[in-house]
Amino acid sequence: MEWLIGLQALLQATVRMAAPLTFTAVGETYGERAGVINIGLEGLMLIGAVTAYAVAFASGNVWLGVFAAGLAAATFGVLFGVVTITLGANQIVAGAALNLIGLGLSSFIYRAFFGSVTNRAIQPLETVKIPLLNQIPVVGPVLFEQNLLVYAALLLAPLAALVLNRTMLGLALRSVGEHPKATATAGLSVIGLRYAAVAFGGMMAGIGGAYLSVAYANQFVENMVAGRGFIALAIVVFGRWSPLGALWASLLFGFTFALQLRLQAQSIPIAYQFLQILPYVATIVAMILLRGQSAQPKALGVPYTERT
Amino acid sequence: MTEQTPRLRLAGISKHFGAVQANNDIALEVAPGEIHCLLGENGAGKSTLMNILYGLVRPDAGAIFLDGKPATIRSPHQAIELGIGMVHQHFMLVPTLTVAENVILATRPLLSLRRLGESVIRDRRAIERQVGEVAQRYGLKIDPAARVSALSVGEQQRVEIVKALYRGVKLLILDEPTAVLTPQETSDLFKTLRDFTAAGLSIILITHKLHEVMAISDRVTVLRDGKVVGRRVTRQTDTHELAELMVGRDVRLTVEKRAAQPGAPALVVEALTVLGAHGRRLLDQLSLQVAAGEVLGVAGVDGNGQRELALAITGILRPDSGSITVEGKALTGAMPRQIADASVRHIPEDRQQMGLILDFSAADNFVLKQFSRLPFTRRGLLQPATILAHAQRLIRAFDVRTPSPALPVANLSGGNQQKVVLGREIDSNPRVLVAAQPTRGLDVGATEYVHKALIAQRDAGAAILLISTELEEVLALSDRIVVLYEGRIVGEVPGDRANTQKIGLMMAGVQAALQPVERWGTNTNEA
Amino acid sequence: MTTVTLSRQTGATLWRNIALPLLAILAALLVGALMLALSGFDVAAAYGALWSGIFGNARNIGEALLRATPLILVGAGIAIAFRCGIWNIGAEGQFYMGAAAGAFVGLQAGALSPWLAIPTALLAGALCGGLWAAIAGWLKVRLGLNEVVTTIMLNYIAIGIVGYLVTGPMQEASRYNPQTDEIAAGMVLPRLLPGMRVHAGFLLALLLPVLASILLFRTPWGFALRAVGYNPVAAQHAGIRVNRQYVLAISLSGALAGVAGAVEVLGVIGRLYENISPGYGFTGIAVSLLAANHPIGVIFSGLLFGALTTGAELMQLTAQIPSSMTFILQGLIIAFLVSFRALQGRVWPRG
Repeated sequence: MEWLIGLQALLQATVRMAAPLTFTAVGETYGERAGVINIGLEGLMLIGAVTAYAVAFASGNVWLGVFAAGLAAATFGVLFGVVTITLGANQIVAGAALNLIGLGLSSFIYRAFFGSVTNRAIQPLETVKIPLLNQIPVVGPVLFEQNLLVYAALLLAPLAALVLNRTMLGLALRSVGEHPKATATAGLSVIGLRYAAVAFGGMMAGIGGAYLSVAYANQFVENMVAGRGFIALAIVVFGRWSPLGALWASLLFGFTFALQLRLQAQSIPIAYQFLQILPYVATIVAMILLRGQSAQPKALGVPYTERT
Repeated sequence: MTEQTPRLRLAGISKHFGAVQANNDIALEVAPGEIHCLLGENGAGKSTLMNILYGLVRPDAGAIFLDGKPATIRSPHQAIELGIGMVHQHFMLVPTLTVAENVILATRPLLSLRRLGESVIRDRRAIERQVGEVAQRYGLKIDPAARVSALSVGEQQRVEIVKALYRGVKLLILDEPTAVLTPQETSDLFKTLRDFTAAGLSIILITHKLHEVMAISDRVTVLRDGKVVGRRVTRQTDTHELAELMVGRDVRLTVEKRAAQPGAPALVVEALTVLGAHGRRLLDQLSLQVAAGEVLGVAGVDGNGQRELALAITGILRPDSGSITVEGKALTGAMPRQIADASVRHIPEDRQQMGLILDFSAADNFVLKQFSRLPFTRRGLLQPATILAHAQRLIRAFDVRTPSPALPVANLSGGNQQKVVLGREIDSNPRVLVAAQPTRGLDVGATEYVHKALIAQRDAGAAILLISTELEEVLALSDRIVVLYEGRIVGEVPGDRANTQKIGLMMAGVQAALQPVERWGTNTNEA
Repeated sequence: MTTVTLSRQTGATLWRNIALPLLAILAALLVGALMLALSGFDVAAAYGALWSGIFGNARNIGEALLRATPLILVGAGIAIAFRCGIWNIGAEGQFYMGAAAGAFVGLQAGALSPWLAIPTALLAGALCGGLWAAIAGWLKVRLGLNEVVTTIMLNYIAIGIVGYLVTGPMQEASRYNPQTDEIAAGMVLPRLLPGMRVHAGFLLALLLPVLASILLFRTPWGFALRAVGYNPVAAQHAGIRVNRQYVLAISLSGALAGVAGAVEVLGVIGRLYENISPGYGFTGIAVSLLAANHPIGVIFSGLLFGALTTGAELMQLTAQIPSSMTFILQGLIIAFLVSFRALQGRVWPRG
């Protein structure tokens, strides 16, 4: 039985670790389906993390923090849109700039306003058990004894898939990343759709970052996103540009994180660094295995100009 | 017909791009149920005018009236709302989506809580049925569930038309719709268009092909250099008059040339096969020979293997089987550099994408294939002075109009860009020259220049393979003509006895040749 | 006619390459000032501290040169890759691999003459960084994998490998900290001036960009590389081996990042440890872009960013302003610069 409890704890941690990745990767999936690649997710998540922490700390309300984080990161997403969509600047470069700004800004805000605060912890987000369902062995505690943000992440992916595949909006998003000009001549605004997508992507990255500070660590630590923004980028590829694919990939990556922490804690004689690099190696391997049948949107990274 | 309120009236439309006056005070009227041709050469301003009408381009001046009411059209969305539909020359279809998805795109609110029922696609089948019904009503055969990427060019065009019909179009614009069609498909399309007008639809057909104007239209407006130079009722005019209007002089495309003096075969292609995706044969056991001192013209509808033929001979595409021999030397599967070393030169079909580095200067583009050789590189270092001198010589020799050899060629006109390619490729007196669509998009003057240069190379003893979808061009330049259809050579005619009709039949493939081109003539009479 | 257009063209280029970066720096400083003011800091004091942090005394200048060294080397490498149109976002990982190789030689080769050992260590750094980058190049040309994603993944893999090395096979004899022993004294790069930490590696940071520039603009290889960067299709049509150019360009790019890593170990830190780079690989992207991917320009933009780093550290000490301000300024400079360039491209296409 002990191994079962171990497994249960491991899977529970997996889901917890996957949640911030899911938010960010689903958001980025939308952005990329619309044709905009944002490698600045790391910076956006940091902005979300620090905003959520600061607002939650000041107001005492964690949810207000999460909301503010989504709003702040969405704003930066829109600014990224101004540079890349309206001005048509290179998306990779603008994303790199966004990472630097997010890294600097988050640590600046934290040091400037919380440098002298001694007790910096905030109320942790409570676990909400879902009655009956949490009684199911193993699955119950793993899926139904989590905080609300985890539930939100788990619901976000299928919802996002539904919108993408089964609504006129989803149809428009899928076309604009594939063939923007066809989308424009059909009577839609390429610019508008792309702005909506990057704003949504920003908001999701912000909430993903908020999760780290208010639901996971209960505090802000400089550079606490620790590469998750880049992992989310890999997850989008790994999940083949579909929201549900992103969920599965997030869970896979969450699992390697959870396993790595567990092994580290139990001082198992495997160098933990190898587990640390596992997700990155897995991404490359997956890219190799799935090559050729790429689902990458055709117009990804290509600025759209209305000049004909 | 003219007593009715016109479906469309354009008055005083003007538009300039930089120093170029693309449209200059253009007036145009289209009646309900009319097929109106907009005739003009490349660059005459036809596409700009239609893009204005479709809301893709803002005019500097002028007014648009639809059914007598003034209209401002700022976006394709507004154009669609007003009942205007457009079938672009390059189809505006998303290849990863199905036919039905392409058709319904943007026809309902994107995401509206109040009209959630319309924003959500609950039943794909129902939508496919709907789209299928619209197609059927107009006699267009199409599978609404098929993915667009799996469709043939002709089918994709039908999807574009269904897209417009589904949106309740009253005025349909077709931009060079026959450029990618076989004669068979063309006559089918024309029949369909006739049916549409019977139902009251107005159609504007953009073209530069005279026989199409005669075959399908009720009236024709001719544009030249951005201005309307003539309006005619089709029945009261003929190709000769229209040609004169279009070009400003008698067009019969002729190039002065002496009889060819063919020598030994210089380029021999045997059973060349190139496979594409899903094992499709892009080139199928293709064989041809070009002798030194002759022009072999390859005629055919775009997309029948022209591209692959040129790329395989120049080594950019590796053939799956078959052989290529240049002056007795086997070059099958050789690298582009080795093939160039065998004195094979190439004027690629897309000069901006394949032929030039637009950000490089003319000087750098002139040495693009030789920069690492003497005298342009010595002791491992580039020799800027030598490269510049080389450029200055070629700029003079080929009459390239550029203020400076150091200016990026992106700043040059299309004709001058082509002269840079031409200069680079034929300066060294090649043995074999593969010229693919060498005058596409060029004005009359530049076209003439290129034609003369090709003939001069022929007379200097080069074997010239001219691959062109412009039948006029093939007829004017070639000593022999072969016709390419679905990757195969389906026929050969000597240049001097060739005629448009015979080749046109072959361009449609041997079997399809039973649907004769002449039938278009009957259509005209009905109209 | 000819001369007028020629001068107009050089005028446009000059504007693009010098005036726009200066404008971007100015705009970034303005936004930074606004931010400082909003956060309740004294802007004048802050920027005053930044200024004196850079130019206050000779020692500070030396420190700026020290900080600029890895940035210039990494930036010059990135410039080569970007010129070829291959998006090397993996300089960080290549830096780590170079640092590991440099440290390895530094630990082993103490018995050799420094004249032999130091170049060996630097070459080892170049080789490891180059090979690490070549993986992404190979994956791109052989298997068609997007190099943006693979280089990012390789960054984290490299960081993990270094983490493993310094807690495992290369850990210090005392096994106390996750780091190696110090390299042999003879392996340390000599300092250039008394009282300053700036070392011989800085000379390398002046020399290598010049060589890179000659390579790019004066050799047929550089010609082919730039041709591929502008238009790979046309380059292929012209007989240039596009795939080979990609692999060579990213390898050379990685080699320069690797040298930077080795120089950092031999010149400043003296050993290898886990987080040896404060994001040099990412800042290097900004350094290269600021210089319009011109290796000579990279010397100047690297110096600027190095100065910003030292200045900000002193700004933190004297004016209590978080030094993370540098990252914000660097990010803003790049964001403004790409915006201005895009804007200029719209107003005067292909000026």
